[in-house]
Parts: sequence; C-alpha cells; structure tokens
Amino acid sequence: MAVGKEIRTKISSVKNTQKITKAMEMVAASKMRRAQERMRAARPYAEKIRNVMVHLGAANPEYNHPYLIPRSEIKRVGVIVVSSDRGLCGGLNSNLFRELLKRMKDWDESGIEIDLSVIGNKAAGYFARFNANITAQLTHIGDAPGIDQLIGSVKVMLDAYMEEKIDALYVVSNGFVNSMTQNPTVEQLIPVQAADDEEMQHHWDYIYEPDAKEVLDLLLERYIESLVYQAVVENIACEQAARMVAMKSASDNAGTLIDELQLVYNKARQAAITQELSEIVSGAAAV
Amino acid sequence: MATIHVDIVSAEHEIFSGEAEMVFAPAQLGEMGIAPGHTPLVTQLGPGEVRVKHVDGTEEGFYVSGGLLEVQPNVITVLSDTAMRAEDLDEAAVLKAKEEAERQLHDREAGMDYATALAENAELAAQLQAIQRLRKRAGRS
Repeated sequence: MAVGKEIRTKISSVKNTQKITKAMEMVAASKMRRAQERMRAARPYAEKIRNVMVHLGAANPEYNHPYLIPRSEIKRVGVIVVSSDRGLCGGLNSNLFRELLKRMKDWDESGIEIDLSVIGNKAAGYFARFNANITAQLTHIGDAPGIDQLIGSVKVMLDAYMEEKIDALYVVSNGFVNSMTQNPTVEQLIPVQAADDEEMQHHWDYIYEPDAKEVLDLLLERYIESLVYQAVVENIACEQAARMVAMKSASDNAGTLIDELQLVYNKARQAAITQELSEIVSGAAAV
Repeated sequence: MATIHVDIVSAEHEIFSGEAEMVFAPAQLGEMGIAPGHTPLVTQLGPGEVRVKHVDGTEEGFYVSGGLLEVQPNVITVLSDTAMRAEDLDEAAVLKAKEEAERQLHDREAGMDYATALAENAELAAQLQAIQRLRKRAGRS
C-alpha cells in the first residue's frame, strides 16, 4: 500500500532518534553516579588540608602568606571558569556564563580588569568569541580528570597573583545540589577566607622540615588546587545530571511526536481504505 | 600498647584511615619513623612508600609521589600527591596552559624533557621499590 509512505519513514527516523537519546540518558545516569562518588572521595583531602591550615595559622601568627592578606586596592581579578567539554546538557553552561557575565559587568563598571583561565571546551569557545582576556586554557579533560591535569591552569593564576598582576582569584563552576538542580556558583579562592572559628584551644608549635615558610607555601598551593579540583569534579557531576535530564525530556518529546504521527498515519490509512471500498461498491453498482 | 590514628588522603580519594602502632614516611630530609606521642611536626614528603605498622604487627605500604605529613599528638595526617610534582614540571604545565590559550605552536618545550625525565625516574625507582617490597612480603607469607 502506497499510502503514508512518508509518514512511516518519518516515524522510523524519530524512533531512531529516540533510541539515541534514551541511550545517552542511561549513559549519563551511570556516569553521574560515578562522578558523584568522585566528588565525595575528594572531600576528605580538602577537609584535612583545611584543618592543618587552621592549626598552622594558630601556631604561626607571625608569618602571613600573601594568599591570606586581602589587598586594599583591587585593580584586576583572575577567574577560573569551569565548564563542560561537550554540549547536549541543557542550559548548564549558559546559566553559568550568564552568572559570570553579570559579575564581569559589575567588575568592569568599577574599573576592574579580568583575566580568565578557562577549563572545558565550552568556556574556551564562548569567551574566545567575546575577546575576553584568556591567559590559560585547558580542554578535553575527560570524565575522570586527575589533579595533574589542572596544575597548569591553577598555577598560571597563582603566579599572576604573586607577581601582583591580579589582586584576587575566583573560581566559577556549577554546584551540585541534586540530580535535578545545579547552581552556578562564584567562589573566592584568594584571599583565602580563613575559617579559624574552629577549636583554637590547643596551641602547639610544630617542628618544621625544611622550614615553616616552605611548608606553608606548599600547603596553600595544594589547598587551592584541591578546591579547583573539587569544582571541576562537581561540575562533571552537574554536567552528567543536566544531560540526563535533557535527554530524558528529549526521549519523552520523541515519544509524543511518534504518537501524533502514528495517529495521522492511521487516519490516512483508514481514509484510503474507505475510499477504495466506496470505489469498488460504486463500480459494482454500475455493472 | 599505645596507638596513633593515621589518615592518608590524596586530592582524589581517601587512601587509608585507621589506628597504627607506628608510621614510616619518606620525608624530604630522609626516611622517618613516627611512634605515638611524637612531637607535633610538619614536613614535606618525597616520592616513596608510607608504611603503616598495624596493631597486629603487620605492615602495609602506600606509594606516594610527594606531599605533606602532619603529626599532632594523637593524629597523623598524610596529604599525599598522586601527581608527579616538581618545580620544573609545574612550570611546564603553566606553559602548556598558556600556550593552549595563545593557540601558538611554537616549540618552547626545549629543555623541559630533562626535568620530566628526572622526576619520572625518581618516581619509577620508588614505585619499583614499593613493588619489590610487596613481592617479598607476598613470598614470605
């Protein structure tokens, strides 16, 4: 039967699309679970390093690392932007960029210049188009990035801070609330916000090897790296969650489309049969 | 017998947490053993094996490529690096990030290979040592 050939082709093509989006949804769901585990696994390090910092700060009030001292005049800020490498994850990246652009506009209006260190293809492409001042770039980080991949991007900014090229450092990434909600967040890395309200009663001084300054420097560098690492891992969990939701709604939409097309197809088929029947009947009557 | 709580963590995950009789660590100025009640201490670690002597007398080794060790009267914290770290290597990572930003393919990497080789070498040696120790232990039991 020649009727509805186009509609049938259309239905099968939508069905194929639906298969793909379903598969992507399931892949994203399993990747999200793994990304969440990595997120949790990274937490103890940051907590421990924070504890050590608090202790060292209490034991060494005379040595103040530049990272701990807010600068009186802020002329230029550094921002590490964490985005995803791939698209098809709903409004995740654009929400993040909107939040950041708002901040950037505020800074711009108060005469503060901005340096960007971008992580992820999306941010790289996006900010390059707007001629933003990108000083470092990292793309293709994969689903399970190691901290070694991030060292360069972070150190560019740390060096810039030490050379007084920038006066503050922020990290912008998506915060994972749950699989349905992701919040774009802007977090200040430098000056390090001290949380020394914790138990300060024990006052011991340490033996330092090789010496206090070196150990503190290393500690602060590692601390900031671990914060950026956490932001990246969390952003990956967000990416997968957003993709899962986006693909789920795409599959649902494909389902509705198929139902509608099927209805149109059935109606056309029915009409064709009715027409044929009436032709036969009238033909028979004429004989 | 006194014991001390040990936490070994890396940026990517928690490696070990538990009680120990003694801990041996590859500090930068030489290997050190830490018994319960040690004076508070902070030191930088080099590549090598952190060994934990459990309460039942068995030993467990964890390979670290560097990091920090903090000793408090009743807690030892090892903040281990999993990545290869050296001043020159970090510098190289910086260069790479910058270069990618500039999208320039100038060959500025000359002189970097030496540093990479050195750090890789030190790490390989330490890794081998750790493996050998593990083998020996497996052979004995």
